[in-house]
Amino acid sequence: MNEARPPAPNSGGGEAIGRIALLLLLCATTAGGFLWLPPARGFQNPALARIVVFHVPCSMAAYLASGVATWYAIQYLRRRDLGDDIKSRVSFALALLFWVLTTLTGAIFAKVQWGAYWNWDIKQGAILMLTLIYVAYFALRAAVADPRKRATLAAAYCLFAALSAPFLTYVLPNSTPDTLHPKGTLQGGLSPEYSLTLWGGVLGLCLVYVWAFRVHVAVETLQMRLHKRARRQRRVVSATVWPPAPAQN
Amino acid sequence: MELRTRYAVGAVALFAVTTLVAVSGAVSGTGVRSDVKAALLWIILLFAALSGLSRAFVREEEAGTADALRLAAPATAVYAGKWLFNTALVLVVEAVSVPLFLLALPPETVNFRLLIGVLLLGGLGLSGAATFVAALIAQASAGKSALFFIVAFPVLMPLLLLATQATVGVFDAVPAHHARAVGDLGVLAAYAVVMTAAALMLFGYVWHE
Repeated sequence: MNEARPPAPNSGGGEAIGRIALLLLLCATTAGGFLWLPPARGFQNPALARIVVFHVPCSMAAYLASGVATWYAIQYLRRRDLGDDIKSRVSFALALLFWVLTTLTGAIFAKVQWGAYWNWDIKQGAILMLTLIYVAYFALRAAVADPRKRATLAAAYCLFAALSAPFLTYVLPNSTPDTLHPKGTLQGGLSPEYSLTLWGGVLGLCLVYVWAFRVHVAVETLQMRLHKRARRQRRVVSATVWPPAPAQN
Repeated sequence: MELRTRYAVGAVALFAVTTLVAVSGAVSGTGVRSDVKAALLWIILLFAALSGLSRAFVREEEAGTADALRLAAPATAVYAGKWLFNTALVLVVEAVSVPLFLLALPPETVNFRLLIGVLLLGGLGLSGAATFVAALIAQASAGKSALFFIVAFPVLMPLLLLATQATVGVFDAVPAHHARAVGDLGVLAAYAVVMTAAALMLFGYVWHE
């Protein structure tokens, strides 16, 4: 009973204040996106093009989550601590969630700007294949029964995929001239209102990611401990019952 | 070890030829554009190569020789051996199926120097990445052959796209396509180097699991 516990994610007054601040930040960026921003000039549908302040933060949070997943995959291979495997997997799942959100907001954006939800733009293709990598990661995990083996294979695949992904997301979109996505907009093509809302959204979603990450990791760590203890107790019970006492007379 | 299963090479080459016949039979007389031909060529090559490469480590685990290899040789040597064999396999498949492809579906023009470069670098990248995935899959408990395709495909996607884009430049005379193909060759080389080096470094962790 007196094992060291991980700090519960919802303890302490500082956490509560932080969460209220995060809520306010998200409200502010959402309201800013819907109500405050002027319609974007130079777009097919200037009012709807404001979705960019939701689309870009989703992709940033997904990049952050993928980076954290890769980092803990490296840590797992170095230290062989199953806690690192949990962190890597949780972050991987959250990254998938944010990629899906990026794709959905991007599809709405594409409908109003380019005329169809799906245009086979090079970045749309890249995100589809990126999503396939995540699906393959979980398929690989599902196919291995032993937890340590599963963790090692998953970490190795995560690193391997992390090395091939830049070819999809960076090299290919930049090597071809025929993409519909704008280039270099984030480096100075934004008005101050847009910069503020967009980067506020990035900060907000990244904090949401950190929060979800910590809650999930805490839950999964507790689950792992419960399993371990249940196994240990079973072993104790079977050790006392087995071998069976020889029958009397 | 691998040389004792030479029929594997024959089987994979035959697989490529069969696919090729099926594809060219299906599209013959429909006047396929050159860029579609480039895509068809790489899809045939990819699937033929994957069907052979998936077996590399599974065979050792099934025959029970993997543990002996683990004791006898360092991981890097084992991986290098498998990688060399798989590279040879891919190159043989290419050498057999590409000339037939050019005969069956002749494109407008063929830039042979560029074609050889694309095939060589693409083949190196293909075997470098697929060998590692094969090592991963050999450790999995169930559904190995289907899983190999699922897991290898997304990792190989950049290679497929780059090689197809470069082959478009091989198959037509548009100067812009040609220049882009030369640029793609460099990226293909980078892909092959990165994937092979990463596989060499990560293989030790997977192998001794």
